[in-house]
Amino acid sequence: MTTPPGRPTAIGTASRAGAAGPAVHPVGRRGLLVELAGAEATEALHAELLRRRADGTLPPVREIVPGARTVLLDGFESPEAVRRLAAELPGWAVPPLAGGTGAVVEIPIRYDGPDLADVAALWGVEVDQVARIHAATEFRVAFCGFAPGFGYLTGLAEKHHVPRRANPRTKVPAGAVGLAGEYTGVYPRSSPGGWQLIGTAPDTVLWDTDRTPAALLAPGTRVRFLPVEPPPLTPAPASPSSPVPPPPPARPPSPAPTAPPAPTTPPVSAPPPPPVDASGPHTAQYPGTPDKGQGPPSPPPNSPSAPSGRQPQPQPRGYVRVG
Amino acid sequence: MWAERQGLEVVRAGALTTVQDLGRPGHAHLGVPRSGALDEAAHRLANRVLGNPESAATLETTVTGCAVRALRATVAVVTGAPCPVTLDGRAAPWGRTVRVPAGSVLAVGTASYGVRSYVGFAGGIAVEPVLGSRATDLLSGLGPEPLRDGAPLPLGTPPDPGPVPGAPDAAPWQAPPRELVLPVRYGPRADWFTPEALRTLTARTFQVSSASNRIGLRLEGPPLERAYDGELPSEGMPLGAVQVPPSGRPVVFLADHPTTGGYPVIGVVPPEALCAAAQAAPGTAARFVPAGR
Repeated sequence: MTTPPGRPTAIGTASRAGAAGPAVHPVGRRGLLVELAGAEATEALHAELLRRRADGTLPPVREIVPGARTVLLDGFESPEAVRRLAAELPGWAVPPLAGGTGAVVEIPIRYDGPDLADVAALWGVEVDQVARIHAATEFRVAFCGFAPGFGYLTGLAEKHHVPRRANPRTKVPAGAVGLAGEYTGVYPRSSPGGWQLIGTAPDTVLWDTDRTPAALLAPGTRVRFLPVEPPPLTPAPASPSSPVPPPPPARPPSPAPTAPPAPTTPPVSAPPPPPVDASGPHTAQYPGTPDKGQGPPSPPPNSPSAPSGRQPQPQPRGYVRVG
Repeated sequence: MWAERQGLEVVRAGALTTVQDLGRPGHAHLGVPRSGALDEAAHRLANRVLGNPESAATLETTVTGCAVRALRATVAVVTGAPCPVTLDGRAAPWGRTVRVPAGSVLAVGTASYGVRSYVGFAGGIAVEPVLGSRATDLLSGLGPEPLRDGAPLPLGTPPDPGPVPGAPDAAPWQAPPRELVLPVRYGPRADWFTPEALRTLTARTFQVSSASNRIGLRLEGPPLERAYDGELPSEGMPLGAVQVPPSGRPVVFLADHPTTGGYPVIGVVPPEALCAAAQAAPGTAARFVPAGR
């Protein structure tokens, strides 16, 4: 397969904004999609856009939505504002991300996930080291999606990036903490999911519309996981089927996981586990789940639409409700 | 207080009737869809006819209408998809205000054309707002549940003095076009598709799929072939995005669309053209016309 166009190929880790300028793509007449070389450059540009918005030096815009390698700016007041910004933005001097400032959201965690042993094997460390490494990492919310308040957290070193599970689970409990690609995330509600589960965050409410702000995690928020008990010396319940760390599953390095858990429409009857397909979105594999667009976590990616079904039918509610 | 708050009782919820307003824009970075009335023009018009602010909440029906009993006297109007309207079983006008005495039942019938009718009431539906909006968001579950038979619906304080001078006193409706024509501006990911696919998008005719909903207008027709098979790292999705999943069949994102996605967007339809998309019944022919690059 050829490399997609744009600027998806970050060269090594040299990905500061400025090293390779951002590419600007049109989004209708009132928006722009700015594409960068890597996660860090993307987060730096997002921070810069928020600074300029706060300063009043950014033209008014309705939405500023970071993604894995992009920032979407949508809802400018005029096509002229879009044209001016598109011309000017690639020349901005964007300071590197400032670390260590601002409040940190602490999420209590028990490192008791069923995939701890698999992750340890992928990382090449002892099982108890997984918790130590994870808990010593400072994360940032790179972007949100999949469900209100779900944050994709970056911060793990590249050598600790892991693929999604070859066989996504049909049910991942709310509060499960998982890894996929470069991201860590906390499942906001029970759903199918393919992330490698390393722990549980039992007491954290990611989203509560009766709270201000409703979202605990917003793009740019710094996050630490606080073990509520010392990392176990012995592996917590590992995958039942594999008491011994299995060899890393053969998988093509999966492209950035685009999706978090998948909000999926619960099929009418329990879906059979999707056939193994490590290469891509597991979407369309749930009967009854139309492939829809997007790719939140993995499995049924897009489920958003999934709920669709037929037009006049009310969708089941609640399965998407967070909290 | 109670007398102020009570308003309506749902007699027949219909296939899918939701409370809608102008949605909750500005929260996409938190994963919160914009939501709001799909045929925003019809929603705004219902409020103008009643003298409400355009942000007042209305009911959005889906094909089969709905019926409500007024628990106190009110004034209503039905806009959007034309349909029979009755008050206690007797014919009442569509598109003009209807006085509904306490105890009477206003019934909105099956759409003669189009998909979604909007039922507005003086003062608007006054459920509690969530993040500044009363809209039901079917993707993420924010806002009130879709209507259920027997459920109560509060009404807000009627506008005083009512319709302001210059407000329309009837809702116009253009006969529905035989086909849905959607202007599209290519990008941001048009370069992920073959030149053939870019031509196909604007040269061929698609059909509105019955799997369409408030999240997206799904189209059947010639598949749009990608030039690259890679997975796109998740990126922000705008309203009106024409996203192309692996099937190659485009989906036009409507109000309840996901805020990020991993399939490439070949083009974007301007928001003002989405009102027509909201009224395109399954099977309707749909064409995209280039609105420039």
